[in-house]
Amino acid sequence: MDKTEMTEIMKEISGTDVRKCMKCGKCSGRCPAYKDMDIKPHQFVTMLEKGKVEELLNCSAIWNCFSCMACVERCPRGVAPAQVIEAVRTTFTRAQNNNGLAAEDIPPIVDELIPQQLLVSAYRKYNK
Amino acid sequence: MQEIKEFVPNIVAFCCNWCSYAGADLAGSGRLSYPANVKIIRVPCSCRVNPMFILKAFQRGADGVILCGCHPGDCHYVTGNYYTRRRMAMLFDFLNYMGIEKERTRVEWVSAAEGARFSQVMNDFVKKITELGENRRITDLRVKEK
Amino acid sequence: MQRIGVFICWCGSNIAATVDVKRVAEAIKAEPGVVYSADYQYMCSENGQQLLKNAIKEHNLTGVVIGSCSPRMHEATFRRAAAEAGLNPYMLEVANIREQCSWIHKDMDEATEKALILIRTAIAKVRLNTPLQEGESPVTKRALVIGGGIAGIQAALDIAEAGFEVDIVEKNATIGGRMAQLDKTFPTLDCSACILTPKMVDCAQSDKIDILSYSEVEEVKGFVGNFKVKIRKKARYVDEKKCTGCKVCMEKCPSKKGLNEFNMNLNNRTAIYIPFAQAIPNVAVIDPEQCIKLKTGKCGICQKFCGAGAINYEMKDEFVDREYGAIVVATGFRPINIDAFNEYGYSDNADVITSLELERLMNAAGPTNGVLLRPSDKTHPKVITFIQCVGSRDVSGCGKPYCSKVCCMYTAKHAMLIREKYPDTEVHVFYIDVRTPGKNYDEFYRRAVEQYGVDYIKGMVGKVYNENGKLMVQGSNLIDNEQVIIPSDLVVLATAIEPEPSVRKIATLLTASIDTNNFMNESHPKLRPVESPTAGVYLAGMCQGPKDIPETVSQASACAAKVIGLLVKDKLKTNPCVAHCNEMMCNGCSQCANVCAYGAITYVDKEFRIGGGKTEVRRVASVNPAVCQGCGACTVTCPSGAMDLSGFSSKQIMSEVEAICKR
Repeated sequence: MDKTEMTEIMKEISGTDVRKCMKCGKCSGRCPAYKDMDIKPHQFVTMLEKGKVEELLNCSAIWNCFSCMACVERCPRGVAPAQVIEAVRTTFTRAQNNNGLAAEDIPPIVDELIPQQLLVSAYRKYNK
Repeated sequence: MQEIKEFVPNIVAFCCNWCSYAGADLAGSGRLSYPANVKIIRVPCSCRVNPMFILKAFQRGADGVILCGCHPGDCHYVTGNYYTRRRMAMLFDFLNYMGIEKERTRVEWVSAAEGARFSQVMNDFVKKITELGENRRITDLRVKEK
Repeated sequence: MQRIGVFICWCGSNIAATVDVKRVAEAIKAEPGVVYSADYQYMCSENGQQLLKNAIKEHNLTGVVIGSCSPRMHEATFRRAAAEAGLNPYMLEVANIREQCSWIHKDMDEATEKALILIRTAIAKVRLNTPLQEGESPVTKRALVIGGGIAGIQAALDIAEAGFEVDIVEKNATIGGRMAQLDKTFPTLDCSACILTPKMVDCAQSDKIDILSYSEVEEVKGFVGNFKVKIRKKARYVDEKKCTGCKVCMEKCPSKKGLNEFNMNLNNRTAIYIPFAQAIPNVAVIDPEQCIKLKTGKCGICQKFCGAGAINYEMKDEFVDREYGAIVVATGFRPINIDAFNEYGYSDNADVITSLELERLMNAAGPTNGVLLRPSDKTHPKVITFIQCVGSRDVSGCGKPYCSKVCCMYTAKHAMLIREKYPDTEVHVFYIDVRTPGKNYDEFYRRAVEQYGVDYIKGMVGKVYNENGKLMVQGSNLIDNEQVIIPSDLVVLATAIEPEPSVRKIATLLTASIDTNNFMNESHPKLRPVESPTAGVYLAGMCQGPKDIPETVSQASACAAKVIGLLVKDKLKTNPCVAHCNEMMCNGCSQCANVCAYGAITYVDKEFRIGGGKTEVRRVASVNPAVCQGCGACTVTCPSGAMDLSGFSSKQIMSEVEAICKR
């Protein structure tokens, strides 16, 4: 899969129009996990817009996002950064085959960081 | 036997007085040519164009009808071209259903400053209609010359 | 049968070089109805017009077709000439054989053929032309200004200056509007009251201006030049003519717990009050919701102490009927309600305030006499954080999708004034974009940063929460890519503005259109920015869109110029190419009235004979020719075909279509 295709898929999964973002940063202003995010919520939106999929897939922020949806709630333009993060996460897990993440597949770097937010996301992901 | 002539479509263009007709005038003063088979009827606003006029044109043997108005939001009569847009969307669907291809009908927004665009739109439209060939779907048999 | 004359213009070589004018003139003679045909070098010249006039008289022409340049160029010229020869000018049509024929085609045969078709089309139309008369309607030489803010005041003063009488209808007890509440104005930092109140006084002193304060427009009938307006003068329980504005009543009134709207509810006022010291008219008003006498019947202290005997508890709303030639809408704005933005904690923290509240806190005539004290504990705030775009550029549903335009500038003003007055104060501003187009505006904003050291942070605030008496402002700094938390003493929200809600009612009364944000629509966004689509109604100030004071004043003066231009006329000429209704066919369905952007169509009950000596009453459409602009939207909407447009009738256009399609 090439980069453009990947970008399009992520955009589709996210269900949000990244072009609506007016770069105000309110999402990052509200983010409770901000300190642990190597890519900040507002950057997710811009980076997806610019098609920087590799950086997105290799970040640890997708595992540190609480999925609390505060960014979605606060966005004045109706963009949903949490859904973009979710889209990146889903793309990552899908690439691990069969829509699931086996314990042994978890990269060591993520291992110690894996907190309950994954439960939240996993719950939403697999109970649709 | 009839002489085989090159097909020259007959096209009726409705232009609103404030934008498109002025745009056509500008095309003229800029000597920006478009085919002679486009003939313009001046109407105060594109919303003056009754679907009946378009049906009549096809009935009398027009091969294409194009309707030009001010750009959305710029209508001299505030909301006229919005009515046009809705009415024509319905009419063109209906005509398509009746067998008059969608390409034969068109709504275009041409402002008074867009002489070049007017000529370009007309050239493009005539080209499309020439490709489509003669329109004979709803020609009124009563007026059809033998 | 019409007797039609056709005149083909050479336009020097402009037409004659590509169109065989002689051939056209010859061929057109064979057309049915054509009794005369000629060609001439320059039809628009003196001689050309003479040729036209002579031919009309000699050949007794009833219709004329001129094959020449665009009708947008010379239709008026030829129609005037025809009228001089005694022919109804609307019996003349122009076939455009220059711009739409000779100039764009090179082949002579092709161009000549097209010219013939265009002229035949015009002949087909002229055959169905009917003589039309321009109507006339009288003009009432008096203007109404709705709203007594700076826009209304400026418009009224300018109209009065030209010698016309003006009424200002203001729903509050005083004129002055929002500008009276402001402390200083950007970018010059002059005191708002100092530049506004002299204008208010001018209004009061002008013998041409009648101020109807505490009044509202109740009903509007009529049309351009002839509006009939019913105005409700709300009961103020104080006789305007007797009250001297001495304020003894305010000192004595025992009901002191009313919220002072003028000070944005930051302090209290008595039940009988004068909104502010420079109010015009300087007359007290009683708040019936708060007055003990009006609520319980027991009190009457103000009446006892009023030396002028101005208090009258029995006062009722009065109605005034006035006639006007033109109406200026200047209803202004208000800050939006920001309770929905709970992230900023406006409702929970007294020290989170709006910018307009800060204006009052900084104003020498405000609740703190100009000393900046925070509302909760009346202490001087050491760290002040401003948040911009609160509710502006917000499509989430809580706010407004547009930019409120003035917030960037007033925030810079506030920041600068605070740093100037209290240099020990730390000022932060969270912004998304700083928008400062305007003369000396960006320089002003840069001064706040460079000279006054205001800390501008690019990013938005995610939440404001109270921790140990400090307001913690948590936001992102997008430039440094970090989240910041600023412990502040006072948080000021640059609240979005919205049109004063009463504008909806006014627009409905005037049948003027309004957009999805409740701003009044202008007739053309670029070329007719002060006229509403409804003839005779003009727009000034914020009711039409966000704007600052200089723009508001310019628009108000532009309105005044338009109004004066209308009122100097004794009669209004009306365009005869307007819609008319065939009452025999009309079924009274109201479709046409719904699509009319001008409110030109009304319904009347009419009696019709139905044979056998009987009559029936039917509801039929009636078009006001003074209001109709002749767009024709109604003609297409009419399901029974009763509506038609003079000058562009359905039959005429049909015959044009036929003429073009004929091969």
